[in-house]
Amino acid sequence: MTDTELRVSKIRNGTVIDHITAGQAINVLAILGIDGSSGEEVSVGMNVPSDRLGRKDIVKVEGRELSQNEVDVLSLIAPAATINIVRDFDVIEKHRVSRPDVVSGVLSCPNANCITTGDEPVESQFEVLDDGVRCTYCETIIRDSIAAHISVA
Amino acid sequence: MRHEHLISAKQLSREDIETVLDRAAEIAADPEAVAEACDGSLLALCFFEPSTRTKMSFETAITRLGGDATDMGGVESSSVKKGESLADTVRVIEGYADAIVLRHPSEGAAKLASQFVDVPVINAGDGAGQHPTQTLLDLYTIRENAGFDDLSVGIMGDLKYGRTVHSLAHALTNVDANQHFISPESLRLPRSVRYDLHEAGANVHEYTEIDDVLGALDVLYVTRIQRERFPDENEYRQVAGEYRIDAELLESADDELTVMHPLPRVDEIAADVDETNHATYFEQAHNGVPVRMALLEAML
Repeated sequence: MTDTELRVSKIRNGTVIDHITAGQAINVLAILGIDGSSGEEVSVGMNVPSDRLGRKDIVKVEGRELSQNEVDVLSLIAPAATINIVRDFDVIEKHRVSRPDVVSGVLSCPNANCITTGDEPVESQFEVLDDGVRCTYCETIIRDSIAAHISVA
Repeated sequence: MRHEHLISAKQLSREDIETVLDRAAEIAADPEAVAEACDGSLLALCFFEPSTRTKMSFETAITRLGGDATDMGGVESSSVKKGESLADTVRVIEGYADAIVLRHPSEGAAKLASQFVDVPVINAGDGAGQHPTQTLLDLYTIRENAGFDDLSVGIMGDLKYGRTVHSLAHALTNVDANQHFISPESLRLPRSVRYDLHEAGANVHEYTEIDDVLGALDVLYVTRIQRERFPDENEYRQVAGEYRIDAELLESADDELTVMHPLPRVDEIAADVDETNHATYFEQAHNGVPVRMALLEAML
């Protein structure tokens, strides 16, 4: 049993999101809408040692298998993240996050004059660029600190 | 024109532009020929911000095509004042009219509206975003006065908040044009427009002084500092009146220089320019009618 596993316990069934950029675990949970209110067991490791990243965060969610669409949005803040689907303590699927073309409802537009920031019945929507994201309504481009614009609770 | 809605100048191909401009020229030459082209069509004018030229020229255009216009009126007298969303407003209005011309103070408003209605939405200006029909009449004026080949266009003033600038800059990537942008540092083109120009492979040059490029220009497109879009009045005061042309300055320009302005002007073009051969801005404003007639004929 490694040091990392000692700090963050194994799960029986669910999803392990590994190799999260250090410091982004809370934002990962926010993007996925996981706040503990629906009863799932969640383990979070922050700034744990990593051969590949030096330091990394890790999130384990018991009893929930996240879909590729759900996790792809994580590529915006954790491009090196890997997703492990666990059943009966065995990893039965392992894949990396890939950048989606569009993310909806996850980020809020930083342009206070964008129509999506008012009381209109629409979700925010951002086109994913090579080096950032772009609001599909007002066209504002966000390149830095994308996590600061996460709007989900 | 095969577009269901006209939201951004980015939608317009060279072929789209030429088609509208060619038709506008035909209409300008013989407006009577299209006097019944939109007979029975009703155009909704929804202006959430003040307008003189755009609103009146759309109204004139639909009337001269044999159609009619219905005007939402000012925001103060509409249900918007009661807190109605734009989405609800346009869903109601689509039941009254065959197309909606929308001006709104928020960027992205026309795109949002287009998602809630089945009738065509024409963006008549969305905040500091886009103003594609102004661009079509700007291009018409440029083509009439300077052509589309080996063109040097200077765009001066408020490049940050000026929606006519954002639309025109992108549309000019469809023609053989070098684009020269003249502005104070604080009012340079926004990142999103730069990104699009870069992606389109545009020839873009930037200056803070008009003197550095004036002599090389075929067209000088002057814009008003958009006072109403500054979050801070002090920021506006720092740049107000900084970019101004007059007849004396234009003595160093090419004799054939075409000076344009989307209007209204404040003080950025002195009255003495009106008397020079360069002044083209009133002709430009008049071109709004045949261009919008051509556009409405194609979309209705």
